[in-house]
Amino acid sequence: MKSIPLALAGLTMSAPAALAQGAKSIDQQVNEIFAASTGWFVSAIFAPLPGTSFPWIVLWLVVAASVFTVYFGFIQLRGFMHSIALVKGDYSDPDDAGEVSHFQALATALSGTVGLGNIAGVAVAVGIGGPGATFWMILAGLLGMASKFTECTLGVKYRNEYPDGTVSGGPMYYISKGFKEKGLPGGGFLAILFSIFCILGALGGGNMFQANQAHAQISGIVGDYPGWITGLVFAAVVFAVIVGGIKSIAQVTEKVVPFMGVLYVTAALIIILVNFDQVGWAFGQIFAGAFTGLGVAGGFVGALIQGFKRAAFSNEAGVGSAAIAHSAVRTKEPITEGYVSLLEPFIDTVVICTMTALVITISGQLMIDPETGNYLVQDGVIQTVGGTSGVALTSAAFATGFSWFPYVLAIAVILFAFSTMISWSYYGLKAWTYLFGEGKTTELIFKIIFCIFIVIGAAASLGPVIDFSDAAIFAMAVVNIFALYFLMSVVKEELASYLGRLKSGEIKKFAH
Amino acid sequence: MAAKIVVGLDGSSSGNRAVDYAKKLAGQMGACELVLVYVIEWSPYSFQTPEENAERHKRREEEIEAAMSRVMQPALDGLAADGCTARGMVKHGDVADLIDRTAVQEGADQIVVARSSEGGFVKRMFGTATANLVMHASVPVTVVG
Repeated sequence: MKSIPLALAGLTMSAPAALAQGAKSIDQQVNEIFAASTGWFVSAIFAPLPGTSFPWIVLWLVVAASVFTVYFGFIQLRGFMHSIALVKGDYSDPDDAGEVSHFQALATALSGTVGLGNIAGVAVAVGIGGPGATFWMILAGLLGMASKFTECTLGVKYRNEYPDGTVSGGPMYYISKGFKEKGLPGGGFLAILFSIFCILGALGGGNMFQANQAHAQISGIVGDYPGWITGLVFAAVVFAVIVGGIKSIAQVTEKVVPFMGVLYVTAALIIILVNFDQVGWAFGQIFAGAFTGLGVAGGFVGALIQGFKRAAFSNEAGVGSAAIAHSAVRTKEPITEGYVSLLEPFIDTVVICTMTALVITISGQLMIDPETGNYLVQDGVIQTVGGTSGVALTSAAFATGFSWFPYVLAIAVILFAFSTMISWSYYGLKAWTYLFGEGKTTELIFKIIFCIFIVIGAAASLGPVIDFSDAAIFAMAVVNIFALYFLMSVVKEELASYLGRLKSGEIKKFAH
Repeated sequence: MAAKIVVGLDGSSSGNRAVDYAKKLAGQMGACELVLVYVIEWSPYSFQTPEENAERHKRREEEIEAAMSRVMQPALDGLAADGCTARGMVKHGDVADLIDRTAVQEGADQIVVARSSEGGFVKRMFGTATANLVMHASVPVTVVG
């Protein structure tokens, strides 16, 4: 019944086998304790719907994204051009210059989501679900735009603005304040529940998964060595930034990461263009795989589950994390940030993830049975040319185009991992301070815990880490989406009022 | 109608020379108002961490406050002591663009700025704020050395 954890267990056996063979006692101990203590949580989140192998959480996310899409009248399509105008600053008051712009809020939120999900996550999805997973990933990305729109509007509307000029926002604030405003009970409890899951998500997907894949990438290049060493180095650097306040490291990363993103997409585009004759075939595989599975474990449902799961993990739509990042923008209209945020799943999933999937498919790394045309599957995972999975599969696929690309990718992965950790340390911290109050000591405690988990994440093997990361992030979505259903009418009122004033000319573009 | 001169301040000694020169011009013109502009270099397209974003409003206030108290107010006080009519403003954005924009909005007759203070790589790569202003200005510009 537990198809996903089993499939991932298969991955654990095959992929980081090299890692395990070195018999590192510390790594193994960490791994065993970690897997044993988080297993129940993972099972609860990924429990299948009765009588099927379909995890209820995936349905939960997709149904929500579809509901928001319909409820807001396909806002991701009709609002798309307006989103771009907002990011360009067409509607920004010049008197607000110096405040956080829409572009900056979007870029910051993106640097938290663009990263390993796009590189390693997609490889995991395609490696298990086949190219067909890409189709479902794109669909989930497009639908997810409406979820982001909803949560980020609320994030700005119900944020806390403190007398000293700083802001705090996110689901815990809109859940508690929004429920109170509507006279609904349970807001305080849900906000606390969300905060707990947010802390776990920050430590899981926002931290351990990143550390783990960064280590896999480094050890793939310099040779195998214990993961806790990578963990300690990362933890020291992150500690220097978030505790020591050495902003320069974070600032350099924040500036290099976008260029890495552009470089990654450019490299992918070049590989796709060079193999232009195969693009038609690749899309054929994506469509055929989407509805038949082409032999992957679980057939088309397997492809669908993988696609939806990785999309949600990559763009975090409905999870609530983006609402924390977007709430710092300077605007009088919360809905404008909703518009801007809907570009996020588009860039992250529809563009970047699709690029990765296309490159992997075109590269021929996934082995096909020449007789049946189906993919060769062993232990639930598609066989690859080099026996690779996760980020190593993406790396091998890009290497078919540029032999030097794995080195660039290694640097990109490390930087992406680092910037995602910095972002999530902030998300986790906001949830932490929501629970325990603001203050230097409480903040320091969380930051130290965060750094310890970097070491654990780098030392543990991929399977248990990815399971826990997914579970923790999706647990956030359980609470967040539940609350969004009650609060979406608030967003609808905002939207109607905003569109009315836009039409009447009350809100107009500023001459720049 | 009184003449109006927009003066670019940058907190340096050459910026002060620009103010002195504008004051001299104003004295010669008779009825003349000086509008001092201090621009804090800022781009809406820069990349920031979530924490920087959360603190941005506070930092902006601090930046404006610091520019006002350290650069603008002393300059205005000096002008007032000499009996000059002067106002000041602190803005965020692109230096050349904002000084020119202010000149247009204020209907100024000319702009007085100091020669550039940038050097090295930045100057070679992007030119200087003063050079950019001279090239694109909508009203006459005087550059003070």
